[in-house]
Amino acid sequence: METSNRNIIEEHLKKIRSSVKDGIDVDTFPIMISKQLSLYYGDFKAVNEASIPIFPQTVTAVIGPSGCGKSSYLRCFNRMNDYIPGVKIDGSIFLHDQDIYDEDVDPVSLRRKIGMVFQKPNPFPKTIYQNIAWGPKINGMKDHMDDRVQQALEKAALWNEVKDKLHQSGLSLSGGQQQRLCIARTIAMEPEVILMDEPCSALDPISTGRIEDLIFELKKKYSIVIVTHNMQQAARVSDFTVFMYQGDVIEYGPTERIFTRPQKKQTEDYVRGKFG
Amino acid sequence: MKFVRLKEVPVHIFLLFSTLLSVCTTIAIVFFLFKESLVFFKEVSVFEYLFGTKWTPLFHPQHFGFLPLLSGTLLIAFCSAIVSIPLGVMTAIYLSEYANSKVRTWLKPVLEILSGIPTVVYGYFALTFVTPILKYLFPSTLVFNAASASIVVGVMTLPMIASLSDDAMRAVPRSLRDAGYALGATKAEVSAKIVFPAALSGVLASFVLAISRAIGETMAVTLAAGATPNLTINPLESVQTMTSYIVQLSLGDTPHGTLEYQTLFVIGVTLFLITLLMNFISELILRKYRQKYE
Amino acid sequence: MNSNEIQYEKHLAFRRKKSRIFRHMCLAASLFGLFFLGCLFYNIFSNGFSYLSLNFISNFPSRFPEKAGILSAISGSIWLMSLTALFSIPIGVAASIYLEEFAPKKAFMKLIEINISNLAGVPSVVYGLLGLAVFVRVFGLGRSILSGAMTMSLLVLPVIIIASREAIKTVPDSLRYAALALGATKWQMVKDHVLPSALPGIMTGIILSLSRAIGETAPLLVVGALGFVAFTPKSPMDAFTVLPIQIFNWASRPQAEFHKLAAAGIIVLLVVLLIMNSIAIYLRYRFQNRNK
Repeated sequence: METSNRNIIEEHLKKIRSSVKDGIDVDTFPIMISKQLSLYYGDFKAVNEASIPIFPQTVTAVIGPSGCGKSSYLRCFNRMNDYIPGVKIDGSIFLHDQDIYDEDVDPVSLRRKIGMVFQKPNPFPKTIYQNIAWGPKINGMKDHMDDRVQQALEKAALWNEVKDKLHQSGLSLSGGQQQRLCIARTIAMEPEVILMDEPCSALDPISTGRIEDLIFELKKKYSIVIVTHNMQQAARVSDFTVFMYQGDVIEYGPTERIFTRPQKKQTEDYVRGKFG
Repeated sequence: MKFVRLKEVPVHIFLLFSTLLSVCTTIAIVFFLFKESLVFFKEVSVFEYLFGTKWTPLFHPQHFGFLPLLSGTLLIAFCSAIVSIPLGVMTAIYLSEYANSKVRTWLKPVLEILSGIPTVVYGYFALTFVTPILKYLFPSTLVFNAASASIVVGVMTLPMIASLSDDAMRAVPRSLRDAGYALGATKAEVSAKIVFPAALSGVLASFVLAISRAIGETMAVTLAAGATPNLTINPLESVQTMTSYIVQLSLGDTPHGTLEYQTLFVIGVTLFLITLLMNFISELILRKYRQKYE
Repeated sequence: MNSNEIQYEKHLAFRRKKSRIFRHMCLAASLFGLFFLGCLFYNIFSNGFSYLSLNFISNFPSRFPEKAGILSAISGSIWLMSLTALFSIPIGVAASIYLEEFAPKKAFMKLIEINISNLAGVPSVVYGLLGLAVFVRVFGLGRSILSGAMTMSLLVLPVIIIASREAIKTVPDSLRYAALALGATKWQMVKDHVLPSALPGIMTGIILSLSRAIGETAPLLVVGALGFVAFTPKSPMDAFTVLPIQIFNWASRPQAEFHKLAAAGIIVLLVVLLIMNSIAIYLRYRFQNRNK
């Protein structure tokens, strides 16, 4: 079963590589790969046969005008769309060898490995400490909780700001701090992949800068997929870029090439700021 | 249920069981009311029940004509609507069109208190306060009379009309009001001729619900209207409603299995069907109204 | 100014006047409720105040108005409400959680929802008949507190479910997603985040529906609560009376003294309701402020 999946993935990856001009200068096996993934809201097709790989310890940015389906697509990677009524999904996404839409994959266990940071900071109305400890706790990682919390906060570059007020409400922090708290909360679970859905859209430039620095740090350990409407941000933080338009993946490739020598006309128009 | 953790299975079962209990309640209501009623209709013909004009199950000769109870019930429902509908609608208009937020925060709790007072208290008030006033105004008023009960039932159901109609009128888009003002209408004209008709289905639904509640209302009617099954349209006389008959019979010691005992359930099933029908009608009206603004 | 305009101005003055009158009529209608409440409270306090004393609370009912009290009625009400709360709160909250968080969006669930909202509109006296047929007869529980409490639980369940669902609906989805994205099961998400956030709202709904139940009379009369009980219940299987039935009993007697006793009983009942509603309003206020 798994070996056959591996063949399918190799095969699929080869196809993607051949379609990317100048090739992809990464040789590792992708940690995730989406294969002809389509998403429907009722009769409306929001994502159309999207196929991209996610390589380990890289940042992949998904860009495109609003309504292009990029957020919907991102939510397919940890099956958050399962909770939206009327959503139907075709195709597959593999995590390592495993199709996450396979019948015997439990979406709850899946999300333990694939964390997510949302558009608007959404800390629980609990203390900072509890915000971070809750995830590990429900997943049975109860020992050394204080260390876990501290490490997560340190990795999220928030420790110095909150170490003296761990027992204050998470809501008492500023917007940027709240978002870093949400990232820390995700890191505390030690996921393999972190999905970020426009994590800076509600933040000021300084907070945005901090989070971008953080993403740079985090990719040493995690694979990150970030949806953003901010092209400069995609250019700054990502290794690979996906351009989506009206539900289609128009182009995928190394970020530098996408922004300097795009293959497709639509990509060029978008990155030059002609529409969007 | 496929990925439910083993230790969470009992939780899921309890949640589902709790939800299904409501269905069981409905089935039980329908089953038992109909079961006991069927026994009754073996003895008494449906025709006599529906069209008989005498209701004397507790005396000999026994008569089981349901019309006097129906007329008593409808008389109270009608008279209470005369009180609740105009007052309720005007209160709703005031709340949605005139009152500022400060007045609203005072008026709304008053309405909530009115609807929160136990019905037995309304009954007491009708008997000891409203009836003496009616007697002073109309000397022919009896101690127990339909008018007194109707007035308090009307006040009791007023908050329902006021708050549902208020919701309906506030859902009318602002642009509609602006259009009215732009055509040179006064505030009263906008309220009465634009907002009110636009919210009409919501308002009508509230009327139906209020009347349905008046039909099911028990204690105030039992205390104030008396226990005389009386085919009359004079509100100053004593009448008996379906609900007050059920109370009257429950107060006495009616042995299980007698024909009198079965009448409880026959009246119950009639009451259940009437209120169900009215709730259904109001739901239909409301659905139409939802389509309009969402 | 031509004659048309004069006509219009005259007419406008008339319309303005009409508008003013309309406004005053609406105001008067709104104040009618307040006026009615005033009369009601005045009537009850002026009648009942003189009978209100410690003895009134600690005596059993009696043929002699001056010796009569509400001890058995109060203890009956406390027994009944405790059991009702015990049955209806867990079941009602559980059903609302199921409907809001777990139920598949299927036609069958839609049917259950319609069913619940219709149950809330069934006259309370019909629940009494159900209790009489099922709990008193089929279950053989007799005319006991237990029968009464189970009947009452069925009566308040739809109200508790509807109110709790409203409270659960106000919990933002972002909270749910955050929990799920951390690999929580739905029940972990509900238990640790949705329920704590919705709790004040749920409590408000529960208190309001139970305060409804305290004043309920008709279904208990049908189930067979007694009008005259000269002992305090010792177990759920005992016969009982409750405060509103005691009030009804006194109010339906012809003598004026008993009417005054009824008024005194009403004062006690209203004070209990006032306390419960104040708690509910306080909780609602806290809830609203926290969600801002």
